[in-house]
Amino acid sequence: MARFAVRRLLGMLVVLFAVSVIVFLIFNVIPNSDPAARIAGQKSAGDAQLIHNIEEEWGFDESLPVQYATMMKLIFSGELVSYENQANVVEEIEAGIPATLSLCVGAAVIWMSLAILFGYVSAIRAGGLADRLLTILALIGISMPVFWLAGILLIYLTFKVELFPGGGYVGLTEDPVDWAYHLILPWVTLAVLYIGFYSRLLRSNMLDTMNEDHVRTARAKGLPEHRVRTRHVLRNSLIPIVTLFGLDFGAVVGGGAILTESLFDLHGVGQYAAEAVGKLDLPPLMAITLFGAFFIVFFNTLVDIAYAKLDPRVQLGESAQ
Amino acid sequence: MTAGAAGVGGAPLLRVRDLSVSFATEGGRLQAVQGVSFDLSPGEVVAIVGESGSGKSVTAQTIVGLTRSPNARIEGMAELRGDDLVAAGESELQRVRGNRIGMVFQDPMTSFNPVYRIGAQIVEAIRAHRSIDDREARDLAVEMLDSVGIPGAARRVDDYPHQFSGGMRQRAMIAMALALEPEVLIADEPTTALDVTVQAQILGLLGRLNRERGLATILITHDLGVVAEVADRVLVMYAGRIVEQGSVDEIFYDPQHPYTWGLLGSLARLDEDRPRRLSQIPGAPPSLLALDGGCAFRPRCPHAFDRCPQLPALEARLEEAADHLDRCWLTAEQKRERRLVEGRIGLEAPA
Repeated sequence: MARFAVRRLLGMLVVLFAVSVIVFLIFNVIPNSDPAARIAGQKSAGDAQLIHNIEEEWGFDESLPVQYATMMKLIFSGELVSYENQANVVEEIEAGIPATLSLCVGAAVIWMSLAILFGYVSAIRAGGLADRLLTILALIGISMPVFWLAGILLIYLTFKVELFPGGGYVGLTEDPVDWAYHLILPWVTLAVLYIGFYSRLLRSNMLDTMNEDHVRTARAKGLPEHRVRTRHVLRNSLIPIVTLFGLDFGAVVGGGAILTESLFDLHGVGQYAAEAVGKLDLPPLMAITLFGAFFIVFFNTLVDIAYAKLDPRVQLGESAQ
Repeated sequence: MTAGAAGVGGAPLLRVRDLSVSFATEGGRLQAVQGVSFDLSPGEVVAIVGESGSGKSVTAQTIVGLTRSPNARIEGMAELRGDDLVAAGESELQRVRGNRIGMVFQDPMTSFNPVYRIGAQIVEAIRAHRSIDDREARDLAVEMLDSVGIPGAARRVDDYPHQFSGGMRQRAMIAMALALEPEVLIADEPTTALDVTVQAQILGLLGRLNRERGLATILITHDLGVVAEVADRVLVMYAGRIVEQGSVDEIFYDPQHPYTWGLLGSLARLDEDRPRRLSQIPGAPPSLLALDGGCAFRPRCPHAFDRCPQLPALEARLEEAADHLDRCWLTAEQKRERRLVEGRIGLEAPA
């Protein structure tokens, strides 16, 4: 276990390093991304002296490796500021985390519970009416783009019928009811795709598991059918779903919710990223990318641990094959 | 219940009558089992032998309702001490499975759920039928594992299936099947997936449990060596029907049906001086989707003649053995003559 943790930690450092270098390099070859000109602003675009001063002051005249090292130092000391408005990037990200986590955790709860429910019913009633209806629903869910679904929900449920607020985020500690009320539409928007996808996956896993010998053994023991279905079929079919969930959840927290956050104006990390992209503002992008990569690697590790817990045949660390 | 003529213990424990099972498939109706009848008495071991697809597993699984499905049609009856299991409801069957009829399956590697401990799976079986607490059930599980010869049972009870070898898993399966002291054990090819030394151990174990507990056993196998070792009576199945049934001695020394001759003839003999090429039954088993009314073995039978398109009844055709039944039109005389190939029993066209 200790070796496993050390190996994972080293792996994480390598991933974060690689990701940061790539983002840094991409940013430096994008046309019109000269940070000095951006800091100087549009009015003084032709002012060579001013630009030169800025380059000197911010260190943009240094070589790329030095610039990279400087930026990483600033990120990890929490002193990195935006080129656009000199706001502290780490503070901005911290401010966005509650909204992002509220959105992702809530959506994940919805998507996992409904996916398990729908997948289970579909598999038990395979070929029947319920299965067919759920198949159609799942395909619709998978096919709808987030921006389109969000648009439709906003038009019909906030503008035509004023059922839900059109956006914004209220802190959980401020007013839990209002928090949930503001998040219902974003949760649904984010969850729909995953419900469709996960329920299909669970259905096919369960149908495979039902044909396994150990399920016949469970029936031959005289277990009631519902127990065979939940304790043996569903339990075993959930193992790959949990794996996938860990990866997807990491990806959603680490940036997968950019569109949802922006469309519902939640002021989370994703929306901050979207704004930074629009302004070609390197420091926030750099920090958010690292933040996202960290979450993905972190949840990947959690998945491996969960996998070993769920399937006793899997072992971590030194005893692993 | 009337005292049956068959069986060592008087009234049969299990009476199967005219059991037929068919499945609706895309290619048509598949007739897996047709008109199977037999009795099983307390303490008796009945072996069902036949090729893959002859309906032996379907027969056994139908008795406990494991073949029930929307596309299956099941007719006939299977009475366990007078309770018809074919007509029984699902909850009634659940009380029978594992409790009054234990089952052991072919492949011990896949017959346990890989994610639960062996002990937990045995406890689950016990607690499905007895209202005792976890501790007592666990103690019983340890005791059962010990009685089937798992060394260090108290420790191994918390192992996962993948930590057991194939032979140990099959022992654990038997322990689980017998934990509730069922009246009947159905062992569906219990030794097929095991190597020969382990096979012998498992058979020895089954034989011991059968003697000690007076357990009635249905043993499904295609291994005649296994049959000779443990069975009292044998049912030979072909294409969903019983083609011959009798005691082990009758089947091995006085086989009446050409298919049985073929099975016996394809055994490897270790007691011959010169090893010879193993003989085989020519052809392949018929498709169960397109059985005509006649003897299903006749396309492969070198002794087929003009009566064979008509199905012979399963009946006693020998005066001296009332319980030795077969389905073949040949006269007893012809059978005695034709089954001899080079001095031993076999299936070959007369010269």
